[in-house]
Amino acid sequence: MNFPESFSNIPGRETLARSQVLKRSWPVVLDLCVAGIGLACFYAVVRIANYWFGHPVPEIVISLSPRALPLYAFYSVVRIGLAYLLSLLFAVGYGYVAAYSKRVEALMIAGLDILQSIPVLSFLPGVMLAMVALFPTRQIGVEMGAIVLIFTGQVWNMAFSFYSSIKGIPRELSEAAGIYKFSRWQRLVQLELPYSAIGLVWNSMVSVAGGWFFLMACEMFVLGDRDFRLPGLGSYLQTAAGTGNLKAIMWGLLTMIAIIVATDQLIWRPIIAWSDKFKFEQVESTARVRSPLLHLLQHSRALLTIERSTIRPLNEGIYRRLAEARRRRAAKTTAEDSTTDAVRGGTATWLRGVVLLAIVTAVLYAAFHALGLLRQVRAAQYVEILKGALATFLRVNVSLLLASAWTIPAGVAIGFHPRLARIAQPIAQIAASVPATALFPVLLLALVKMGGGLGIGSIALMMLGTQWYILFNVIAGAMAIPSDLKEVATLFHFTTAQRWRTVILPGIFPFLITGLVTASGGAWNASIIAEYFHLKNQTLQTVGLGAQISAATDSGQFQILLLATIVMALMVVTINRLVWRPLYRLAETRYKLGG
Amino acid sequence: MQSTIIRAERVEKYYAQPSENRIQVISPTDLSISEGEIVALLGPSGSGKSTLLRMLTGLSTPSAGEVYWHEKPIAIADVNVSIVFQSFALFPWLTVFENVEAPLKALGMDPSERRKRALKILDTVGLDGFQTAYPKELSGGMRQRVGFARALVVEPEVLFMDEPFSALDVLTAENLRSELLELWQKKTIPTKAIFIVTHNIEEAVLLADRIVVLGRNPGHVRTDFRVALPHPRDRKGAAFTQLVDYIYKVLTQPDSQPPALPLTPAGKPVRDQRQMHYQMLPHARPGGIAGLLELLLDHNGKDDIYRLADDLAFEIDDLLPIVDAAQLLGFLKVTEGDAAITPTGAEYANSEILRQKELFRTAAVENVLLLRQIVRAIEAKSDRSVPEEFFHDMLDEQFSEDETQRQMETAINWGRYAELFDFDASRRRFIQPEKLHHETDAGVAPGVKA
Repeated sequence: MNFPESFSNIPGRETLARSQVLKRSWPVVLDLCVAGIGLACFYAVVRIANYWFGHPVPEIVISLSPRALPLYAFYSVVRIGLAYLLSLLFAVGYGYVAAYSKRVEALMIAGLDILQSIPVLSFLPGVMLAMVALFPTRQIGVEMGAIVLIFTGQVWNMAFSFYSSIKGIPRELSEAAGIYKFSRWQRLVQLELPYSAIGLVWNSMVSVAGGWFFLMACEMFVLGDRDFRLPGLGSYLQTAAGTGNLKAIMWGLLTMIAIIVATDQLIWRPIIAWSDKFKFEQVESTARVRSPLLHLLQHSRALLTIERSTIRPLNEGIYRRLAEARRRRAAKTTAEDSTTDAVRGGTATWLRGVVLLAIVTAVLYAAFHALGLLRQVRAAQYVEILKGALATFLRVNVSLLLASAWTIPAGVAIGFHPRLARIAQPIAQIAASVPATALFPVLLLALVKMGGGLGIGSIALMMLGTQWYILFNVIAGAMAIPSDLKEVATLFHFTTAQRWRTVILPGIFPFLITGLVTASGGAWNASIIAEYFHLKNQTLQTVGLGAQISAATDSGQFQILLLATIVMALMVVTINRLVWRPLYRLAETRYKLGG
Repeated sequence: MQSTIIRAERVEKYYAQPSENRIQVISPTDLSISEGEIVALLGPSGSGKSTLLRMLTGLSTPSAGEVYWHEKPIAIADVNVSIVFQSFALFPWLTVFENVEAPLKALGMDPSERRKRALKILDTVGLDGFQTAYPKELSGGMRQRVGFARALVVEPEVLFMDEPFSALDVLTAENLRSELLELWQKKTIPTKAIFIVTHNIEEAVLLADRIVVLGRNPGHVRTDFRVALPHPRDRKGAAFTQLVDYIYKVLTQPDSQPPALPLTPAGKPVRDQRQMHYQMLPHARPGGIAGLLELLLDHNGKDDIYRLADDLAFEIDDLLPIVDAAQLLGFLKVTEGDAAITPTGAEYANSEILRQKELFRTAAVENVLLLRQIVRAIEAKSDRSVPEEFFHDMLDEQFSEDETQRQMETAINWGRYAELFDFDASRRRFIQPEKLHHETDAGVAPGVKA
């Protein structure tokens, strides 16, 4: 009974002890959390492996019961995650090679520009058939097809971002890396990746959102007489729409929103908070994104111990070996005479020639056969496709116009009023992150009920997917207009029209163009889904290039598919070159604020 | 004679142009860095100071000639040098400690050895306790200390510095300079030679055992001499100020001792910028020229350029283009480092804005070939408009892409001010200016001047 007394004699002891307990047990809790996450990952891998390397399930029946949803959602998330990792690796590799090899740089960047404009969904049949042929007896074939397809929808903007980051590295920084003899590896880890981190993170977010868009399309589709189906959230939603099961659609949508919100909180926020240190700024900014999860990971002792005993020694080994290799090289170049150098140079050139020749041959061969395919297209079909192209062109532009009509005033209002922005921005962000393809069935069901058809529906879908690009850019643009310009407008009593003409529109112009370019590309791609849709056991379709691509896929008419794809890519590239690029230049020169 | 560490033998830098000509940045130059000396490289902007530094470090390969490191070609030698950069060039995502550790990592050193060395050098430069800070949390002076620590941690034989103090305020710079000098003189650091690029004459005279002055168009060595003053040097001392004045004169009289024309490997003389068709327009604004002339008028029409820069709190690099421009227009005459205003210059400085424009117009057409050509071309065309492209192509033959752009900008700036022509930025065309005000509205408020 003496204990309490003796304790109470020392003031503050109790609180001190409690804080000690907290300090001691907290890392254990953290470690437990980390261990739990680790175990969960392990189980997930086992589960996926079992399913992939099992025999292909002959006819997957998509269950519409909500109880099936967690597993479906899990499969879809894994698909998107793998496709994203693949994109990241490819983007870094592609950007790196393009930035450092002068000879192929121009070609690679032009290639990027074109690949970005090609409608991804046209590749669906080709990629699927190839992958299934590669793994004929395993489910992994179809899975790979879906993953590769999502990959082709995600990768290009990331590659472009990494490339332009490398190109933008300040000269003195890369000279510092040069003078201190950084190896390529150290350069990549300590200079190139950190410098490009912020751009990569933001583009990753855009890419993953785009991934959801394509997931809906590629988890379930018909090619000729073959029916490809993958258990997943996309196929669940499609099946639900196909049978008109409104309740199932709602469950699916809810799951998707939950996943998107969870991804934002558990993945993107920690990453953004972490990437804050890569900001290339001289002064520390005040507003920062915080993330409890990041805190947890950074303060976990278990992770620290693992890092100390695995990654660190590995890293040290790499650096030591690279330094030794460099010294050996230096010693060799001084000892060797130049003749062996010339011989080696000769072999390298020769080898490069052979590789180049092989690539050129392969490309020519494939192109020739593709063109051969085009010979089967009849003249009437050409006319059809051109008619479709015109219809889709009009539809894309109408959707852009409609989207601009509401997003410009709304965006300017949000950008000018910080209080409104605080309410509107999170709402808009969530709304924007729900892929249009998921909302489309609901919208279409409503439209059909009201007597509207796919003509209006497709424009609505294009808008659903693309208006956000315009909105967010306009908000950013409106925020960037300096307040003294606005004050001038107030001071001289500008009329509303005058204010828009002289201050607001020129001020947001560069941002608006950026938004419109992205939106236009997105709308073209969306037309493939928007103009042709299976709903309630029937196929809705309207005249358009996108519908022709989808219909050709359905019926396995590869020649039409190829032609329509080429036409679409050509149109996108031409519009980019003739319309957007000059506008972009104008925005860069005349309407650039500051600088 | 001390032993030579780095020796440059007839190194030059030029950029090939599509046409016959090429742009010579640095004409064949010999330069060496020996053990035990601090060499300062001075020169006006555009004289290729930084380019020369980068060739001496092996970062950039000379177009012709060769740099030797201990008599071995630098491309294959295991060079041990460091650079302290003007912009610090620290990696903002690495802590102070990691920044200093990075070069040792590249050398493949043990973690424990790395730690020991990095902490020791951080202690030496006075950064104890800042190991875990990020560069953006530090002041400019502290950041440059990190820059020094990173440069010194590899124990370089030669320490290169590219305007290391010019991004810092005066007091911080002074402080760092004296600390560096102390480290060097007490041999706290094993560095055998220091090479500093600067545009601050006093800084050069304060630090250097040897000063090399570069001239421009193309870059070449004007003079290379030893400074025998004992340390610590007194800025107010007669010997010190005489030396500063001497360098001043060398810098302000680019044509006093014309160097021999360099030859290309083919034996053909390289085109010298001074014999070129177009003068190089100094990048100065008309407002700046007027300001300088007014100030000079207040100083009885004549003053030492050095003192003028001091009065204006200008770096000499910023003042020289304005002086050059005024001289080109015939408003100013420079002799022996003194600038004297001419009668036209005095009239210009005393006039109100419209008359100023008129004087500027006359002087510009008379003295500046490019402006004269633009005006004539506009007059010759029936639609009174000429594309920029046209002059671009002609300038391209003489100047680099960037310089052409800057020449064009200056010409447009001057031409617009003088109302010689107007420039339509969206169509990139020169057009005849609209005659809005005539002689009648000379009643513009005189306050508009400058």
